[in-house]
Amino acid sequence: MKEYFRNTWLGIYTVLVGMKITFKHLFTPAVTIQYPEVKLKLPERERNRLYVNMDDCIGCDQCSRACPVSCIEIETVKSIPGEDLGVTSNGKKKALWVTKFNIDFAKCCYCQLCVFPCPTECIYMTDIFEFSEYDRNNLVYKFATLSEEEAQEKKLNFEKFTAEKEAQKAAAAAKPKDDQKTAS
Amino acid sequence: MYQYFYDLTGNTILATLIVAVFPLVNVLIVALIGVYLERKVSAWIQDRVGPNRTGPFGLFQTVADFVKMLQKEDATAKDIDSKLYNIAPVLVFTGSFAAYAAIPFSSKLIGSEAEVGLFYVIAISSLVVGGILMAGWSSNNKYSLLGAMRSAAQIISYEIPTAIIVLSIVMLTGTLSLDKISNMQTAYFWNWNIFGGAEFGITKFLLIPFMIVGFIIIFISTLAEVNRTPFDIPEAESELVAGYFTEYCGMKWAMFMLSEYGNMFAVSAIVSILFFGGYHSPIGYLGNTLGIEWLIPFEQAFWFLAKGWFFILVQMWLRWTLPRLRVDQLMSLCWKYLIPYAFVNLIIIGVISLL
Amino acid sequence: MALKTEHMVLNMGPQHPSTHGVLRLELEIEGELVRKVTPHLGYLHRCFEKHAEAMQYNQVVPYTDRLDYLASISNNLGYALAVEKLMGIEVPERVEYIRVIMSELQRIASHLVAIGSNGADIGALTPFLYLFRDREHILSIIEETCGARMLYNYIWVGGLSHDIHPDFVRKTKEFCNYFKPTIVELDNLLSYNKIFIERTANIGVLPVDTAINFGASGPTLRGSGIKFDLRRDDPYSIYDRFDFEIPVGKGLMGTVGDCWDRYYVRIREMEQSLRIIEQAIDHIPDGDVQSAIPKRIKPPKGTVYKRVENPRGELGYFIVSDGSVNPFRVKVRAPSFVNLEVLGELCKGYLVADIIAILGSIDIVLGEVDR
Repeated sequence: MKEYFRNTWLGIYTVLVGMKITFKHLFTPAVTIQYPEVKLKLPERERNRLYVNMDDCIGCDQCSRACPVSCIEIETVKSIPGEDLGVTSNGKKKALWVTKFNIDFAKCCYCQLCVFPCPTECIYMTDIFEFSEYDRNNLVYKFATLSEEEAQEKKLNFEKFTAEKEAQKAAAAAKPKDDQKTAS
Repeated sequence: MYQYFYDLTGNTILATLIVAVFPLVNVLIVALIGVYLERKVSAWIQDRVGPNRTGPFGLFQTVADFVKMLQKEDATAKDIDSKLYNIAPVLVFTGSFAAYAAIPFSSKLIGSEAEVGLFYVIAISSLVVGGILMAGWSSNNKYSLLGAMRSAAQIISYEIPTAIIVLSIVMLTGTLSLDKISNMQTAYFWNWNIFGGAEFGITKFLLIPFMIVGFIIIFISTLAEVNRTPFDIPEAESELVAGYFTEYCGMKWAMFMLSEYGNMFAVSAIVSILFFGGYHSPIGYLGNTLGIEWLIPFEQAFWFLAKGWFFILVQMWLRWTLPRLRVDQLMSLCWKYLIPYAFVNLIIIGVISLL
Repeated sequence: MALKTEHMVLNMGPQHPSTHGVLRLELEIEGELVRKVTPHLGYLHRCFEKHAEAMQYNQVVPYTDRLDYLASISNNLGYALAVEKLMGIEVPERVEYIRVIMSELQRIASHLVAIGSNGADIGALTPFLYLFRDREHILSIIEETCGARMLYNYIWVGGLSHDIHPDFVRKTKEFCNYFKPTIVELDNLLSYNKIFIERTANIGVLPVDTAINFGASGPTLRGSGIKFDLRRDDPYSIYDRFDFEIPVGKGLMGTVGDCWDRYYVRIREMEQSLRIIEQAIDHIPDGDVQSAIPKRIKPPKGTVYKRVENPRGELGYFIVSDGSVNPFRVKVRAPSFVNLEVLGELCKGYLVADIIAILGSIDIVLGEVDR
């Protein structure tokens, strides 16, 4: 019997306590912001879309190997000696033409594992997060600065160079036999 | 009111039409403002802003919702029972709309001055049960069936405490007519029934605590009649997706919503008439002091709407504070707690009113 | 001559507002009473264990984030501790302290979601939003340090990815001061509310021997009265230096081991986490967080099993290494998967509405259950 009245009293009392709390919250200001007009300032270590500064890229392929989802595709062509590709911002001389550097942002998991191994710090995460597209193919970002014909040209140059080198090596391997013959 | 329009137009049909359209307009306005206010009040309680983009302060949000619902395709499932499926929303809306016939908005704006107005209101609002059961059964969906069964049990059970408290007021005032009950609580707020009624004497002060208990009981049971939290099991959003109206879309769903808000206002109106003085103002009339006679009905309508909206706001406040009761706890609350308290209340009020 | 009746089969399908993810429950009900519950899993299976065999050891860490996505730091920590034990790496003191503080912050954040969704399933939609407002503070503290709000990739094998932000200590202390009155408000609004107590007390009572037989852990086990916490009974990292209590369910509002007890254990655990944070935040030693990270992770041949206290229970990693840079096998003992088995035992004889309350109190995350 006492249980009965205690239940009734508790029921009414706890409901009133709850109502008092929500009534107080009726007058607290909102904690939300009006998004497209007001945007939060993101911290500096924020991990959003990647950006590659191609002037500094030496084509070492470290970022592509570090990526756990294989979203970075890099293809390079060795340069012929005598060609000047320029210098990176911390003084290293570049030796590879980067013909293809694609990052597929549909696959990227924004884990930041590619940023750490880069020796020149040319790949880094920006704070851009509003980059949705209507077509999935538009999410493949191409960072390479060489156009198609230039890339083809560099490849042909390198193949010619290696072919010449092979021919020279074959000629040099054939020559000492002749010298020996004439010497003796 | 019917008499007034009949004299004006001389035609029974036209007069009836005008008298019938008036509460319909009220229901629509209540639904319009009710949906908007619910979203805003819930947002303020939850520390956020609510709709504020469609129109200034989001005022046209309900209009946008309504236009959206009008242009929706009326997709129905294949295996439903189409006769019952189509009649159900009509029945539910009729049940809640017909109650407005007897509710006095002011001393001149009454649909019908029937002598048994209170009895009529309670009887006609039980029509909703039939509509809900039809909706649940014809949807051919196990979730809807569960929701409809629970709802039928809930509405039928909670009619009883409502009826008992209404009986105790009727015993006190001696009449079933809503208009007369309002008129007995005229003048200032200490004449309201919750403060013991109009007759001054020792009975008035003895009645006050029992009137307050009666008010709490009827408020809780009418909350259960309109399926609001903590009693919103038929439409429990996180358990049964949407209960008995899961399979409805477009205008039919809008009918259910309209009937819910219409019902909310109707029961708030009943509670305010029974306990808080109906359409009479608590502080006297401006028309009386200024000597303008025709202002008084407008003032009464204003006070009536204010009281109705106040109770609707309290209902919304409760919705966003409390969790939901389970079905058997709801039943036990009704039969084991509310009905005994209501009976004891009835007996004591009867004894006091004999003094 | 009895009527032939059969139980109605109700499908709480993969898409349901309150099954915490894509879980399919097949209920056999008789009116409103539930006779049998069969969970069907696998809707979120993403082949984590197979992926891990193709990755190098440090590349597996972002994958472990996505197992229990509401408590990513504990997942990272378990994996890092397992590989460190295999390789015998000793991490600096500073790393240990920061790992503990981050773990406890993550525990509070995860419990906030669990309590909020428990309340939301039962019908109280307001505390859900209040708790998410508090969770924002934690997420922005962690965002300043490591850059992400949910899938951190912060605890690496041998150290951390970033050192803590200069504002970290100040903001964490502010958060601790801000959070204590919020727990009191939550208690008044939800825990001691008569309707909430009616919905959760005496529901889903888990007896002690059933809990131990099924292998339950975490608040599910502690709600039944057993004081077993891996931070105390199998200490890892530097938890043995801190002074904290282990809350257990005492049956305050009903029987021991009901849903209210599990909910109550979570709230008190949040308070204890605050206590640990306050003890650790002032004593972080100096050092370099990346000094012990090896250049190439090539553990010797062997196996290791290491377990940590996830907010949901005992998370264990079993790693088999064959001496190369890729692990041979990584097996995850997920606490939610094991705790979900208890659901079949707990649900007999209760109503449909109670199933939701029980599922909410066991607190599963489908990412862990299905991996």
